[in-house]
Amino acid sequence: MSELWRLGAAELARMIAAKEASAREVTEAHLDRIAVLDDRVHAFITVTPELARATAGEVDARVARGERLHPLAGAPVAIKDILCTDGIRTTAASRILADYVPPYDCTVVERLRVAGLPIVGKANLDEFAMGSSTENSAFGPSLNPWDLTRVAGGSSGGSVAAVAAGMAPLGIGTDTGGSIRQPASLCGVVGVKPTYGRVSRYGIIAFASSLDQVGPIARSTEDAALLLGVFAGHDPMDATSIDDPVPDYRAALGEGIEGLRVGVIADWMGGDGLQPGVKARVREAIDALAAAGARVGEVSLPVFEYALSAYYLIAPAECSSNLARYDGVRQGHRAANATDVVDLNTRTRTEGFGDEVKRRIMLGTYALSVGYYDAYYGKAQQVRTLVIREFERAYADFDVLVGPTSPTTAFAVGEKTGDPLAMYLSDVYTIPTNLAGAAGISVPCGLSDDGLPVGLQVLGPPLSEPLLFRVAAAYERARGPAPDPPLWSAP
Amino acid sequence: MTYEAVIGLEVHVELSTRSKMFCGCATTFGAEPNTQTCPVCLGQPGSLPVPNERAIEHLMTIGLALSCRIAGHSIFHRKNYFYPDMPKNYQISQYDLPLCVDGHLEIEDAGGTHRVGITRAHMEEDTGKSLHVGATGRIADSSHSLVDYNRAGIPLVEIVSEPDIRTPEQAQAYLTELRAILLTLGVSDVRMDEGSMRCDANVSLRRAGADAYGVKVEVKNMNSIRSVGRALAYEIERQTRVLDRGDAVVQETRHFDEGTGKTSSMRSKEEAFDYRYFPEPDLVPIAPAEEWMEKLRAGLPELPRARRERLTAEHALTPEQAAFVGAHPMSVAYFEALLAAGAPARDAAVWMAGELSRALNDHGEEIGAARIAPEQLAALIEAVAGGVVNLNTAKKVFLDAYEQSADPLALIAERGLQQVSDDGAVEGAVREVIGAHAAEAARYRAGEQKVFGFLMGQTMKALKGQGAPDVVKRVLADVLGEPDG
Repeated sequence: MSELWRLGAAELARMIAAKEASAREVTEAHLDRIAVLDDRVHAFITVTPELARATAGEVDARVARGERLHPLAGAPVAIKDILCTDGIRTTAASRILADYVPPYDCTVVERLRVAGLPIVGKANLDEFAMGSSTENSAFGPSLNPWDLTRVAGGSSGGSVAAVAAGMAPLGIGTDTGGSIRQPASLCGVVGVKPTYGRVSRYGIIAFASSLDQVGPIARSTEDAALLLGVFAGHDPMDATSIDDPVPDYRAALGEGIEGLRVGVIADWMGGDGLQPGVKARVREAIDALAAAGARVGEVSLPVFEYALSAYYLIAPAECSSNLARYDGVRQGHRAANATDVVDLNTRTRTEGFGDEVKRRIMLGTYALSVGYYDAYYGKAQQVRTLVIREFERAYADFDVLVGPTSPTTAFAVGEKTGDPLAMYLSDVYTIPTNLAGAAGISVPCGLSDDGLPVGLQVLGPPLSEPLLFRVAAAYERARGPAPDPPLWSAP
Repeated sequence: MTYEAVIGLEVHVELSTRSKMFCGCATTFGAEPNTQTCPVCLGQPGSLPVPNERAIEHLMTIGLALSCRIAGHSIFHRKNYFYPDMPKNYQISQYDLPLCVDGHLEIEDAGGTHRVGITRAHMEEDTGKSLHVGATGRIADSSHSLVDYNRAGIPLVEIVSEPDIRTPEQAQAYLTELRAILLTLGVSDVRMDEGSMRCDANVSLRRAGADAYGVKVEVKNMNSIRSVGRALAYEIERQTRVLDRGDAVVQETRHFDEGTGKTSSMRSKEEAFDYRYFPEPDLVPIAPAEEWMEKLRAGLPELPRARRERLTAEHALTPEQAAFVGAHPMSVAYFEALLAAGAPARDAAVWMAGELSRALNDHGEEIGAARIAPEQLAALIEAVAGGVVNLNTAKKVFLDAYEQSADPLALIAERGLQQVSDDGAVEGAVREVIGAHAAEAARYRAGEQKVFGFLMGQTMKALKGQGAPDVVKRVLADVLGEPDG
């Protein structure tokens, strides 16, 4: 079997452009890897070999014609099954959309096609991206390539597991409260949450519209930076997208971090619930940044204590409205034998949604009700403003902030499913960035005592992606090659 | 007991933009069901709204014409409720930060001029249309329903009045004036029969002279300005009866039945929805630039009230004539074309408010589509003034010509209806009439003056109504004055 799957995306694209390998061969190597591994990892809901081969074939034709290609052309990508694909079912990992076939492509997929990135499959996730382990998927959980008894994290667990297991060098996820960074941390890959509005949300099945953002997943910062460059940028179909030129994200990767002001979020490093092995690896990573010339200091951000609570009012409120359209009338599941329209709505939603989705719809409906709006949704929006101010205050003194991505390494399947609050705490370090509409990246920083990956989180103000990539790349150089999961040696 | 009615109107107006509020779909009325739809207006998962700038401009224009303040910062909200003809199960609307606030509209009735406050005018999207298949067409007893989403997402402006209206007549005057303004602005077809203008009325009663408001009832389903008047008159009468027998009016929504002229209960306050409004996260605030607003203000056309005043002053029209001529930009254009073709202003106004208006009503047509060109009508007016045809014949021919889309003068020539003013021809008819009515002629000659009118009528009849009245009168008097022969 071809070993092409071991290579990074930029390297594969280089080989394709140099005719050292064909895009078709590269795609087949990954489809083979999926065929061998995915029964165990369960990264995908739908594998899309025909779509991938068609794109790979176009790339090969363009190579043959001597056309200039995107630096990632031909590199396969696994996309979260919440990105609408024309003619290919898009489930959001929900029974209610189990047979939904969108009539259109989301903007991100359109841009992937233009750049020539073969889509190998629609990756698993927590239902409607609500969760931190993919255990809320109606299609069963994705497992962690480092330990198949553990979760891949979530909600973009499938995309991340695919990248970590070598089933695709690139993945695309969405990050509403940490859904890219947390699984990236748990599976030992790079995950980026771009600035709100940097990437079009058009065609991304909505969970919480003011927080949702699409981002890249890869095994190196360079690949992640290149991938963001493929799909970032203004989209007239998304009124909240930022009309600002997209920089060359790869350009600054080689610049050092000499003199860069790095603020360590003291509240997180000293807080309860932080696994000692995680704390140790993150501390070492910070030391490595200092050794590379960064000026490291500490910052306290006490308002962040309230971020999780605010998030669990705002996100459910928006989701209760966004998910109202799944009523059995137009698209998606329709309950049989309904007696009237109210019965149809009720039965369809009762059958179609899983427990966590129902929990959040109820929470959000309550938070928006007359008489409770001010106390819940209104108050949460005030906290959101305070979080933004807290970040601004910190960025007066520091260029970037650092800390752990997740308080723990990957937990066992079933460990937290009975305790929603414990599950929610998994995102305690990632949520403030979403509330602020800012940017963040998780980059692997070694293994904890339990042999599982740990992620270093680097945060920056809105549109600071080039800076975040620069810091992450500098850290990668200091760190050296990250270890591979056991699945790489024993397929 | 005497009560005073307190009425406020909520008017929804579909804007006549070419595309929908939040997507590029067409807005043509009457297209095949579900042919003017896309992922956005069907609420497909993942789709997002992008506001139609033209629609927002139209709303600002409406706000300026209604003397509203245009908010410097305005946002969209989601209004959440489940209904099959609403694709997303929420409507994008405006809530506590509408674009236009604090305006007013002046109306006239027999009691003089009244100022009706405009609370707000805001932007929202229309829903689809449900067709309930079953006996009555109402949802309760239908076997199934069909939904057409062509209308879903058409830009809709809601204009809410203050409770400043006191009578059904004032409500009709308000709607008539509002309709004239919207037509003048060219922002909507404003057709109540096609649903591009819809009106809900809030009405309560209070003792004459009291300050506090009574319990209000919302009345829906009126499909013409006249229906609004009928529904309000009925509702005032109904509430009066309720109060007179010592009962309390129930706060509720009532449905007007066009056939019976009555209202019936739809739902009470206890069943009122909690719409769970919250700011629409898929859209950014509207913050119209000062220059944009000024540009729109400078571009406002002459509004109906000013137009009526100008017409009255410049052409000495009566208020009724000015109201008719000034009702619509197209009617003003027609009037001005009549003047340009040489018709005197008073005659032009009389004809427009009379026969032309009747013909348009009979055929359900707008003046913009009138079948008789202003030049043709002006020629007819001139023919009457020149004695070519008499007025009654001209009126009758006008209606026939309208029916056949023909030139009235051509029709007169074709039918030989020109006025007979030749003394010889008239005298022949007069002598015939006197011969046939010798007794009456004798009575006149004996001094019974009033018989003259009878003989005059008989002569006109003999001339098939085409006799020139002054010639007939003169010749008849001459012949009767001859010595008895």
